Amino acid sequence: MIRFFNKNILLSLFVFSFYSSAFGMSEAYKDNIYNPGTLKPIDSVLKVKVREPAPDFTLPSLSGEKVSLRQFAGKKNVVISFVPAAWTPVCSDQWPGYNIAKSFFDKNDVILLGITVDNIPTLYAWTKQMGKLWFSVLSDFWPHGAAAERYGVLRSDGVTERALFVIDKAGIIQYIHVADINVRPKLEDLVTALEKLK
Amino acid sequence: MNKLSRNFTTLFVLLVFTCTAFAGTKPPSEGDLLPEIVLPVPNNLDHQKYLGLPGEGSFTIPKIKARIVIVEIFSMYCPYCQAEAPSLNELYNKIQNNTKLKDSFKLIGIGAGNTTFEIEHFRKTYNISFPLFPDDDFSVHKKIGEVRTPYFFGIAINADGTHKILYSKQGRLEDHDQFINILLQGARLNLN
Repeated sequence: MIRFFNKNILLSLFVFSFYSSAFGMSEAYKDNIYNPGTLKPIDSVLKVKVREPAPDFTLPSLSGEKVSLRQFAGKKNVVISFVPAAWTPVCSDQWPGYNIAKSFFDKNDVILLGITVDNIPTLYAWTKQMGKLWFSVLSDFWPHGAAAERYGVLRSDGVTERALFVIDKAGIIQYIHVADINVRPKLEDLVTALEKLK
Repeated sequence: MNKLSRNFTTLFVLLVFTCTAFAGTKPPSEGDLLPEIVLPVPNNLDHQKYLGLPGEGSFTIPKIKARIVIVEIFSMYCPYCQAEAPSLNELYNKIQNNTKLKDSFKLIGIGAGNTTFEIEHFRKTYNISFPLFPDDDFSVHKKIGEVRTPYFFGIAINADGTHKILYSKQGRLEDHDQFINILLQGARLNLN
């Protein structure tokens, strides 16, 4: 019994030592962020590769319009930022960072599409805490995670990876970064990828 | 030692370890000492001059040439920190434009989980004049209790190099004059 108890305490300590929040949570969200703890870093297998055509999708956006990837073909480079879920750590501060990084996107003729598998009302309430976002936020809620699945970034529990795809004006994928879901990708890595676009 | 006592000893040691670990996660409060935070001496000569830290290498916050150091724990990714940035510039300018406060008060920012590139982007975006330091591995953030951002510390530096936290609070600064007065009173500084 005691041995069982000790084993469990050791396990709990192990979990707690990795559970510590390695993220800087903004006071903007108060106590409304659900912390799922440390998750399996990557839990899906990519279905696309760099230098291959990016799969198209059409998704509802927060502004009420449907947005398709193909509408930017020949006009704009595109960054797709999949983040796992609304109201969770890391995701809640990734897009506000992009919100003050617009100059890097503009300089390289890039638009940003932020996608999660949450529904529109959830995305509305969550992104309202971030201030006014300059980029489109799309819902991959129904059919659940269909766009994410096409890229191979839908995890086994129904949320997406923390993944970035840079797609050029010809619709070809030029950069893929599937991050450890627990860690925010560094801005400079994305900026470097943007600066390589022609 | 029998098996039962051995198990209880292990349990006790683990509990002490757990309590110690959790005690370390609480932010230091007023009257406490700041945990040792080692920062690189800025390359920027104006920042070196501002902090009174010439040369290279690293420094700890009590080595800053000031009577009071204000430390903002921020993140480029935090909406409140973004909103607070212009207001903090006003606080910095208010201090710099007041000959009585200028030499006694210094202001720095530490970007929790931010790389050098990210804090430099934050600086350019908001035209920030005071020194900002990256904490990309969250090592400082962990030492100070993984606070939410923005978080402000006001630290009194004594002539003998000792120090004491005068202010330790989460959230934006509402009233700069009141904040400065709290720090002046806490440090028992009369600059008139």
